[in-house]
Amino acid sequence: MANLNQVAERASPARGGAHVREFDLSRDSLRQLNLYLHKQAVADGVGQIRVHNPDGAHSIACGLNAELDVQIHGHAGYYVAGMNQHAAVTVHGNAGPGAAENMMSGRVHVKGFASTAAGASAHGGLLIIDGDASLRCGISLKGADIVVGGSVGSFSAFMAQAGRIVICGDAEDALGDSLYEAVIYVRGKVRSLGADARFEPMADSDRAAVKGLLAAAGRGEDPADFKRVASAKSLYHWHADADQEY
Amino acid sequence: MCGIVGLLVKKPGLRASLGKLMVPMLTGMTERGPDSAGLAVYTTPVAARQRKLSLYSGQHAIDWSALLERIGEVFAGEHDVVTHGNQAVLTTDAEADALVSWLKRNEPFVAVLSVGQSIDLYKDVGAPADIARRYEFEALEGSHLVAHTRMATESAVTPAHAHPFTAGRDFCLVHNGSLSNPHLVRKHLEPLGIEFETDNDTEAACRFFEWRLREGDDLRQAVAQGFRELDGFYTFLMGTRNEMLIVRDAFACKPAVIAESDDYVAIASEFRSLAHLPDIGHATLFEPKPEEIYSWRI
Repeated sequence: MANLNQVAERASPARGGAHVREFDLSRDSLRQLNLYLHKQAVADGVGQIRVHNPDGAHSIACGLNAELDVQIHGHAGYYVAGMNQHAAVTVHGNAGPGAAENMMSGRVHVKGFASTAAGASAHGGLLIIDGDASLRCGISLKGADIVVGGSVGSFSAFMAQAGRIVICGDAEDALGDSLYEAVIYVRGKVRSLGADARFEPMADSDRAAVKGLLAAAGRGEDPADFKRVASAKSLYHWHADADQEY
Repeated sequence: MCGIVGLLVKKPGLRASLGKLMVPMLTGMTERGPDSAGLAVYTTPVAARQRKLSLYSGQHAIDWSALLERIGEVFAGEHDVVTHGNQAVLTTDAEADALVSWLKRNEPFVAVLSVGQSIDLYKDVGAPADIARRYEFEALEGSHLVAHTRMATESAVTPAHAHPFTAGRDFCLVHNGSLSNPHLVRKHLEPLGIEFETDNDTEAACRFFEWRLREGDDLRQAVAQGFRELDGFYTFLMGTRNEMLIVRDAFACKPAVIAESDDYVAIASEFRSLAHLPDIGHATLFEPKPEEIYSWRI
């Protein structure tokens, strides 16, 4: 634990008495950072953890399981904040593939763009991407909410089972292919819907949901500008009598 | 999995630093490709009458000056060689095809890695950092380069299977991904007299594009043809004497990040290979979209 103690010595007092812990990944190892976040941050009563020079490292702040505030100043690589529970993780930069993959709860905020499969398979919590999200955003979503300030790439929300995705920009091909119970709200153009996805009328409850999610993401779009995409449920059940030629 | 790296400097003053800028990019992709590495660098072209051949002898120690003498006895004109152990760049007045077939007949331990007027090619098995040291990549100068770190998934780990692949003159390609129909592509190309050196899927793509170029397509047209003919996952990065091009398949299964500034266009599979470039904080960062062709000319 010598390394962890060295890092702790660089702690500086934050406003309001809570401590800020600084990690610099040009000097500190990723393992030191994640070990601290997993094992020691709560005991230290730390107010905020700041990560400098992430430089695209993989798995930063993965597997957190406490109400921590992690601020990453720079671009993150694969799987940033993956499997997150309870923590609030902010990336002041872009995120690599699989940001907030399999998040259970908490909040992950990517200020730049996110690469492929952002929020994949996430069960709970809120993922905010201020910029664009690449292909397969929210693939197999299982209950989390995603707000994308920009546009999403093809195959987003593929087989999404539960949760909500708000897209303030456009969507590329095959949006919501093979959707289950997840609902997509999209403001811009949709190049094409996937199999079994369809536009549906916006109800008051939809507008309220979009309003709440935009507010949670700190955004100012008008909920009235969004369209609802949900499952037509024609693929929802197995039809033994259907023509099974594919 | 593999790593790709591309760098094109926009200002002639930066050409002397091309290798120095690139080495951290290449070694940054070691985890994606620890078994082999290689690169093609585009240098100031040789005189119009001349050609350059990059040669490789693998485990066999070659006396390159003796080889140069043997070439001089057969082929008229001037010949020169710059060597890096088992690799040599031969500059020659000889007609390239004739020299290549002479080498094939007479020098069984010498492989021709590339032919052209601008391209120099290096590739070998081993860790990227070792290969960079072996061939003094830091000292490389030129306008642009295309590099690769390999983690073999579909064919053997040998120098011949390492990337870049070349075909024709001054053309090379590196690939992250795997093609599902390389044998079909090969079956289309072989009856046209196109010969293959390995069973590698990337070689099929390389020879397909080079065939399209010879048929009169420009590089963008050749790549657009590839959307119809090549099936599988790919991020392809290609170089010609005056151009660097990147394209991803329709599903964008393999990653790529581009950083463009007033000074350079830098490409890597991941941002971590770009993080240490000068003034990266002011470069425009973006990921190439699927089936969109991005190219830059020197």
